[in-house]
Amino acid sequence: MDFILTAIVNGLLSGAVYVLVAIGLTLIYGVLHIINFAHGSLLMLAMYASFFLWRDLHVDPYLALPVVTVGAFLAGYVLYRAVIGRFSAGKDENILLITLGLSIIAENAALFFFASDTRTVATAYSDAMLEVGPVLLSFPKVVSFFGALVLCMILGLFMRYSDTGRAIRAVAKERLGARLSGIDVDFMYAVSYGIGIACLGAAACLLMPSFYVSPSVGNSFVLVAFTTVVLGGMGSFAGALAGGMLIGVAESVSSAFFGEQLGQIAIPMLFILVLLFRPTGIFRGTQ
Amino acid sequence: MTPHLKHRRQFILGSAAAIAGASIPGLGRAQNTAVKLGVVHPMTGPVAYNGQHCRIGTLTAIEDLNARGGIKSLGGIPFQAVTGDSQGRVEVGVSEVERMHNLGVHAYVGCYNSPVTIAATQAASRYGTPFVVDVGASDLIVSRKLENVFRFSPGFGKCVDDGLLALTEINKKANGVAKTVVLVHESGELGTGTIRLLQDKLPRLGFTVLDTIAHDTPTRSFDNVALRIRGMKPDIVMHTGYVNEYMLLARTLQRYKVPAVRYSILGAGFGVKFAKESPDAAAYAMDFNHWYNPLDSRAVDLKKRIESKGFDYVFEVYCAYNAVMLLADAIERSGSLAADKIIQSLSASTWDKHFMPYGPTRFVNGQNEGAAGCGLQVINDEINVVFPDKFAQAAAVFPRPAS
Repeated sequence: MDFILTAIVNGLLSGAVYVLVAIGLTLIYGVLHIINFAHGSLLMLAMYASFFLWRDLHVDPYLALPVVTVGAFLAGYVLYRAVIGRFSAGKDENILLITLGLSIIAENAALFFFASDTRTVATAYSDAMLEVGPVLLSFPKVVSFFGALVLCMILGLFMRYSDTGRAIRAVAKERLGARLSGIDVDFMYAVSYGIGIACLGAAACLLMPSFYVSPSVGNSFVLVAFTTVVLGGMGSFAGALAGGMLIGVAESVSSAFFGEQLGQIAIPMLFILVLLFRPTGIFRGTQ
Repeated sequence: MTPHLKHRRQFILGSAAAIAGASIPGLGRAQNTAVKLGVVHPMTGPVAYNGQHCRIGTLTAIEDLNARGGIKSLGGIPFQAVTGDSQGRVEVGVSEVERMHNLGVHAYVGCYNSPVTIAATQAASRYGTPFVVDVGASDLIVSRKLENVFRFSPGFGKCVDDGLLALTEINKKANGVAKTVVLVHESGELGTGTIRLLQDKLPRLGFTVLDTIAHDTPTRSFDNVALRIRGMKPDIVMHTGYVNEYMLLARTLQRYKVPAVRYSILGAGFGVKFAKESPDAAAYAMDFNHWYNPLDSRAVDLKKRIESKGFDYVFEVYCAYNAVMLLADAIERSGSLAADKIIQSLSASTWDKHFMPYGPTRFVNGQNEGAAGCGLQVINDEINVVFPDKFAQAAAVFPRPAS
């Protein structure tokens, strides 16, 4: 029983990071209506930023979180302004190809500059465990769980109550109407893309103490992030939150019962079931 | 820019130039002005780290051979690398072999991943071109009676036999304290091939296999695996997988304070970097793997050269280096670039000028029967050879001391 309980809690802890990765993706989709194929590669670059800050400047990944998040926001903003927005000519298929191209460039640039080595961050708390009753929890994962929840809450409040958040939501709902009411739509696109990438910056810092970084590390998360977004409903924040947690728990519990290999089928199974019975996602259409 | 990065960039740019050079029409048709060597490794993709190190070993060997005056029996013609990137994918590896064939390569060296090696050697066999496998663990590589295929390093079967012998001997010296094992493996050819052999052999050596756990590559979390293992309280955890998962599992086991001995056979993540970057997780970890003869000064000299270029001195480097030297010796003795002559020469090879803990080469069905691995252990953040005694630098610390 303790084993199942631990598996569920571990699933929730992993799910929180999936949420943070997926929430950026869902925000970008919800506002720009594009699927950001560069998401995994940009996560990888953010993880490298966290790693190098730790290795070269001895900045703890958690302390580096504000710096990497802001840096990721600026990088996302500039990337949209300088590349995606400029060369897409407003066509979705162009955006898909551009983000796919960016992903290939980022991965190969990482191979070129950082080599293909697997890098890890070894902090004093990397191996720390917390015993909560019968459940044994990894300290970095607990931190990343609460960190992800707090960041999601901040993002939710920002989107709900700030002028920029309201403007972003207006652009997401009715692009032309927003433009007619004086909102700078292109600026909001770039800000939304920046926020989406900033989420990756935060996720990177929360992941590094317990994970590794290599040029291909984004592949480990990108599929699960896409699944989370589709599961929750494309563009839905609450959906991404529920979807990420659901995937984390499904993956963890099925792995605990069926083994790591067979357990991996839980995610595609869940995905297929949602597509069959609720093709718009769990939350899409209910909000 | 650090010298480390500069060298890496020079290496990658050099590789690109080699590829570009090999693509020039007509260059491939120039006859016998060079020994054209097809070099197929994964330069991109999940195992790019390993592939890049295979390539640096290969190119360093070519550099040394050419500095020594090339193949003397052929008038001193140099080696010329025709490099390719398999991306760790079977179909790409095969297409690289085909491309290189059209460029007129005389032999191939590669390919690191077993599935790619199996397919690439098969493709090369259609043209009867000799293929020296530097690293590639699956025994399928040398069990298909392909006359053109020669593997320099030991494969699954040999490593498992010798790795278990090492474990049994070390355990015996510790009064047989270890009795139970949990096996963890990646679900590809490397992991399943090794684990099948372990499941068969461990019980015969008196060990009880408590559980066998497979995992995908990549895997995001080993928490449940660590919990299961913790619950079973095995004496030994044996893992076979690739670098990232090896490190992740080791760190997770450390986090969950699993006291068992970490023993791996052909553990791809076990290495100098692992020992340095994750000292707590790596402490007293054991592995049976490819290794150089630490007592041979040539191996130590090459280590310095490779590290000065910004690369790690991992088995991919010295296995590839020696594989090219083996091929060069065979061509030198055959005095010909004809494929059948090189194959004959390789088949009869008794080459002993390597710096591996091997005997002279002796090929049976393409496998170098003289090849063997070493028992290794991380002691004081350094990797030491602990088995066999002939090459040992330290005595094994067994079982793992409580942290």
